[in-house]
Amino acid sequence: MTKKSLKKLLVVAFVALFTTGAIFASGSQEADTQESGAQEASVFKVGVIYVGDENEGYTEAHMKGIEEMKSVLGLSDSQVIEKANIPESEACYDAAVDLASQGCSLIIANSFGHEDYMLQAAKEYPEVQFCHATGYQAGLSGLSNMHNFMPAVYQSRYVAGVAAGLKLNDMIANGTITAEDCKMGYVGAYPYAEVVSGYTSFYLGVKSVCPTATMVVRYTNSWADMTLEKETADALIAEGCVLISQHADTTGAPTACEAKNIPMVGYNVDMTTVAPNSAITSAALNWGAYYAYAAKLVKDGETVPVDWSKGYTDDAVYITPINTNVAAAGTQERVDEVIAAIKSGDLNVFNTSTFTVNGEKIEDLIAAGGDFEKYGQYVSDGYFHEQEIGSAPAFDLRIDGITELTN
Amino acid sequence: MKFSGMRIRKRSKISKGEAVIVRLIAIVLALIVSGFIIVAITKLNPLQVYAGIIDGAIGTSRRVWVTIRDIIILLVVSVGLVPAFKMKFWNIGAEGQMLMGGLAASALMIYVGNSIPNGLLLLLIVIASCVAGMLWGIIPAFFKAKYNTNETLFTLMMNYVAMQFTTFCIVFWEKPKGSNTVGIINAASGAGWFPPFLGQKYGLNLLFGILVTVILALYLKHTKHGYELSVVGESPDTARYAGINVKRVIVRTVALSGAICGFAGSLIVSGGSHTISTSLTGGRGFTAIIVAWLAHFNSFIMAAVSALLVFMEKGAVQIASQFGLNHNVSSIITGIILFFLIGSEFFNNYEVVFDNSEAEEK
Repeated sequence: MTKKSLKKLLVVAFVALFTTGAIFASGSQEADTQESGAQEASVFKVGVIYVGDENEGYTEAHMKGIEEMKSVLGLSDSQVIEKANIPESEACYDAAVDLASQGCSLIIANSFGHEDYMLQAAKEYPEVQFCHATGYQAGLSGLSNMHNFMPAVYQSRYVAGVAAGLKLNDMIANGTITAEDCKMGYVGAYPYAEVVSGYTSFYLGVKSVCPTATMVVRYTNSWADMTLEKETADALIAEGCVLISQHADTTGAPTACEAKNIPMVGYNVDMTTVAPNSAITSAALNWGAYYAYAAKLVKDGETVPVDWSKGYTDDAVYITPINTNVAAAGTQERVDEVIAAIKSGDLNVFNTSTFTVNGEKIEDLIAAGGDFEKYGQYVSDGYFHEQEIGSAPAFDLRIDGITELTN
Repeated sequence: MKFSGMRIRKRSKISKGEAVIVRLIAIVLALIVSGFIIVAITKLNPLQVYAGIIDGAIGTSRRVWVTIRDIIILLVVSVGLVPAFKMKFWNIGAEGQMLMGGLAASALMIYVGNSIPNGLLLLLIVIASCVAGMLWGIIPAFFKAKYNTNETLFTLMMNYVAMQFTTFCIVFWEKPKGSNTVGIINAASGAGWFPPFLGQKYGLNLLFGILVTVILALYLKHTKHGYELSVVGESPDTARYAGINVKRVIVRTVALSGAICGFAGSLIVSGGSHTISTSLTGGRGFTAIIVAWLAHFNSFIMAAVSALLVFMEKGAVQIASQFGLNHNVSSIITGIILFFLIGSEFFNNYEVVFDNSEAEEK
């Protein structure tokens, strides 16, 4: 009995083995022909490396940008190879060289920690253009095929700050809070220039309409940690913050605000889906402006600039539609005025007359020398030239009115 | 009523060949079920998806070597867990032990990387990473031996201590300040990086992986130490009666386990990423537990299981970009395969027999 069933088992096993063998064999053949076919035809191809996937706001915004690039340049799906969930490790280098060997002539990576691995791949493939978002090393590297880019998001953060400031004024007028209680909370990711520049521009936007506002910044030390961001927002609310904003990639903070009925300003994506009664607007970046621009340059064989940073003038930044359920009356009009002023150059976000560091103007501190001397290259004509020398944010001054709690 | 004669009974024993066949059938069935799920959810041809996975893992020689590099790391960690597991010491602290090993390697690369010859540096890195991992193993082992603390909880918590310690070190090494990114260490000089071996970038990783696996298999099978630890695992009382110093065996064995996991950390840092972060291990310390158990601690099967898991992981990125799927599709397929493989163990331990009466009627 057992011997018979064993024989049956063996027969079944062999049949199964042969079928899988055949499947695998035909499968790998298919892959071979696909690849050789691709290499023969030298079509323009773009490779993209994302740190996350469509479930995470930051990468979702990049994916939208790539879609925009495809439609502007009329690229087909097969001309764009996207690799998602690539961590900031050797996996990024593996992905970059893999894309290069698949014939991509432009390779894009979207996370700060990808930069070293992009540089490593750029050295190996000098004929391929490597564009890295938020990085700072392209100019320093001396490689002609390595480029950095970052929209001037401080502009849209400032505008979002104006909307938040108007909300604070509204709350003061209603008697919900007093002018002295105007303390905001900010959920930051990591304590370095990109985040400091972001929260400072937001704060300056608020302050331009609500001069008594102050702000507390707490860090999560993570780019995307839903639970931690929610907890951090809860802690800020418990400390008496009356409005919350964020520079971290999940919906953790808006979720906390919605539960506690605290107005908030988001980042990257419209937060009204999770916080319909709390989210005023979100500061956002339109990566597509750069992707379409850079892809066209590479396609036409032209030189890609080492650093690229554009704001409202090139529609590279924007704020998501104002949520009239939460925002103060007249916000849209005021915001439009501010955007127009930024576009025309009448308004500089980091106007040095609007902030002080340790009670002193930054020009005086630079003149006095010491630690502040290095900012001399950025400050002229009455404002801090943010993202103009390199594309990455450089403003990491801790200005008065903001308390930073590093834990 | 004729079919009511079916029953299940425990197998007395199963030959190795039969056991392998049962597992192969399990994998085939798993792929068929995954195929149905792929069609149901994505409407794609499952054969094309499988072809994409294969292409992603071994489609080009570079992909083959990247796959090998990652298989070796998973295999070495799995091998590292075996001595502890055989002794029924549940070391789930491989994550922390790897991280400490990687941290030791990074520290050496950063602080002495450019002042001593590369050969000496690599030797120091291997030793230091083993010692760091060993230390992270000895601490819970000592408390287990001395106070009979729960090693599962202890080793697990040590992972978090290692992560916090890594975060602390990164504060001194990160560039720019506050970004939490160390970047590639010694990018210009390549100090502390594994040199190419036999013309292959990851040749040395392969060599080390094979060496560790073979040496440990010999250690467990053919040495007194290996025998002692399996006796302690079967019954500490018997071991004590036989004159084995149980406490010493526990500390010695877990030290070895930690050292191998620490060495895996240096394989990642010097042999691959050349950087350090809290996500260095990528959960491989936990995946290795599945590998070791599925393989019943058999070195060759561990290599096969590691290969399968890494293969699927590498294929994931490919099918995600080729078909616009989320890379979780591959996790689903891997999950189904693991489910069938673990389920097939039932047929290795039991057999289905048909009652005699049915046969007689025929």
